[in-house]
Amino acid sequence: MLREVAGQCANPVLLFSGGKDSVCLLRLAEMAFRPARFPFPLLHVDTGHNYPEVVAFRDRRAAELGERLLVRSVEDSIREGKVVLGHPLEPRNKHQSVTLLDAIAEFGFDACIGGARRDEEKARAKERVFSFRDEFGQWDPKNQRPELWSLYNARIRRGENIRAFPISNWTELDVWQYIARERLALPSIYFAHRRLVVRRAGAMVPVTEVTPSRPGDLVEEVSVRFRTVGDITCTAPVESSATTVEEIVVETATTTVTERGATRLDDQTSDASMEQRKKEGYF
Amino acid sequence: MISAAEQLSAPLDLGLLRFLTCGSVDDGKSTLIGRLLVDTRSVLADALSAIERTSKRRGHAGVDLSLLTDGLSAEREQGITIDVAYRYFSTGRRKYIIADAPGHEQYTRNMVTAGSTAHLAVVLVDARKGVLTQTRRHACIAHQLGIPHLVVAVNKMDLVGWSEQVFDRIQADALAVAARLGIEDVRFIPMSALAGDMVVERGDHLGWWHGPTLLEVLERTPAAHVEGAEPFRFPVQWVCRPHSEAHHDFRGFAGRVESGGVAVGDEVQVLPSGRTSRVKAIWLGDVALREAVGEQSVLLQLEDEVDVSRGDLLVRPAEAPAPVREVEAMLCWLAERPLSLVRRYLVRHTTREIRAQVTGIAWRLDLTALEQVPAEGLAMNDLGRVSLRLAQPIAADRYAEVRATGAFIVIDEASNDTVAAGMIL
Repeated sequence: MLREVAGQCANPVLLFSGGKDSVCLLRLAEMAFRPARFPFPLLHVDTGHNYPEVVAFRDRRAAELGERLLVRSVEDSIREGKVVLGHPLEPRNKHQSVTLLDAIAEFGFDACIGGARRDEEKARAKERVFSFRDEFGQWDPKNQRPELWSLYNARIRRGENIRAFPISNWTELDVWQYIARERLALPSIYFAHRRLVVRRAGAMVPVTEVTPSRPGDLVEEVSVRFRTVGDITCTAPVESSATTVEEIVVETATTTVTERGATRLDDQTSDASMEQRKKEGYF
Repeated sequence: MISAAEQLSAPLDLGLLRFLTCGSVDDGKSTLIGRLLVDTRSVLADALSAIERTSKRRGHAGVDLSLLTDGLSAEREQGITIDVAYRYFSTGRRKYIIADAPGHEQYTRNMVTAGSTAHLAVVLVDARKGVLTQTRRHACIAHQLGIPHLVVAVNKMDLVGWSEQVFDRIQADALAVAARLGIEDVRFIPMSALAGDMVVERGDHLGWWHGPTLLEVLERTPAAHVEGAEPFRFPVQWVCRPHSEAHHDFRGFAGRVESGGVAVGDEVQVLPSGRTSRVKAIWLGDVALREAVGEQSVLLQLEDEVDVSRGDLLVRPAEAPAPVREVEAMLCWLAERPLSLVRRYLVRHTTREIRAQVTGIAWRLDLTALEQVPAEGLAMNDLGRVSLRLAQPIAADRYAEVRATGAFIVIDEASNDTVAAGMIL
């Protein structure tokens, strides 16, 4: 699939956040293109609310691979007045769309390769592997190209965009099994560590600068790990003692709560919130 | 060096089965998928409690399992499924991908899309209604797409008093349809997705049924890449030329083994040019392989400096298909704007794009009567036999023999849309 993007698109980019799904994408890109360099740069849309361990890992991994890493930040979009926050500490995930679309325009990217998976959320179950977006980055679920066999159609007009999802058909367990098999390095916060948290509405909220504890909160130190690493304000850890990938594979195979259900505080707003964000240009 | 078999023990390759579910409106297809997911414990607690709340709010007696699969809010408003959705579950023995195709008449295109990658099709029949036009249509499309295994799930047995006679009559009717279509592998299972009988668990109501449950059939269906010896087919996706110090003269051809296999030292031919060479090395990432087999994405190096580019096909000389500029094909039209016999389209076949024109329509398949009828054109959801003329030759196989090199899509350059799916005859 990565080679199909490279073969059909003039100027693609691979979205790399340092998260586990995009770590798998980088490995697949190595498998697809080595010993040559990747025929595309890497891009991270930084919300400014990322865990420092993840940002450091992102930079280290790109350097090890010797590939070009571009970073564009939501902070800049806020400064330029393109993003207006309702509240200074509100989750910035939805604002990534603005910064991403600006980066697409700045570099003239015609395809963005991302690590989204269909099993993550109901609205993603119908996403194409090659998803067509109009010039505003919008996803129209009723106007998607049929995908037959493995014959992908990435033809677009100027200004339009293809989002390609090579690990569309992987589940969370597949991702962890792949990381185990390929012995891929990950940011340290994916593994169990002790962290100060407070419990709110059934989820654990880490105590950080942007998510401070409130008066009356019971702050506990718990052994936790992250199942997803996004914006700090909306990514919650789970209790865990798994310190190796193999232990995480076992926990994932026996878990009783969905990846986003336990850990994404922003998707719970409404049953259709992911669909809404995707229509606005989100991944 | 490691063998190809060792490489294939990847988590994603190990016995993966992709199957398609299709049925008419209200056959209980979403409930069946929900049942499969719940009874194989693939639905996690929070997702289950979310649909329990919704079921209660809507005043359902039990948990409405169909809510697990009806994803988009547009669909939830209408209460129907309008696009192909993909679901995942695993049993410990095997991983599954379900392509859930909606049942409406106007969605033949969705079923073709979902079926193009499926290895088994589950066709649902409502036990109260028996074999309908829709059932015939689904069986026919599954057959046209070359899906090797067909399962007829006779659902809602609870609503016909779990009657063996009702099931026997439906089985006889469906067997007649299968015989007429020439379908060889067809199985029948009586079930109630609502109550759960014969989906994953055997249940208490169908004691007279001694055949397997649906899950047992799924678990025993052979995986795609273990069936039969096929000719080696390797469409080149990308030419790897690092131009680096360490790999100054390196030239590798990247692609996926779509059929058969190849080993170091084998003679290969480049199509359409016809030049031959031998395989010098096979790379899977930085690991050198002795051989590559079906579905592996690898990099091939050849002994000689032959000209190879994206869109070319590597084969064995003895098994080489003759490049042709005229093909006969079954075409399923997917777009709202009907097929035009005066316009030129783009055909994407393997990794190659060629201009093409449809020069004639032999017949259209009437999916109600299952008969070939004369046709002036093809409109959305029509399936017909056509002749195509291509601007450049392609190395093609019959779809019935090799899916990957027998399939193509048609693209309308005006809209860039994929407007048809084609299967070479």
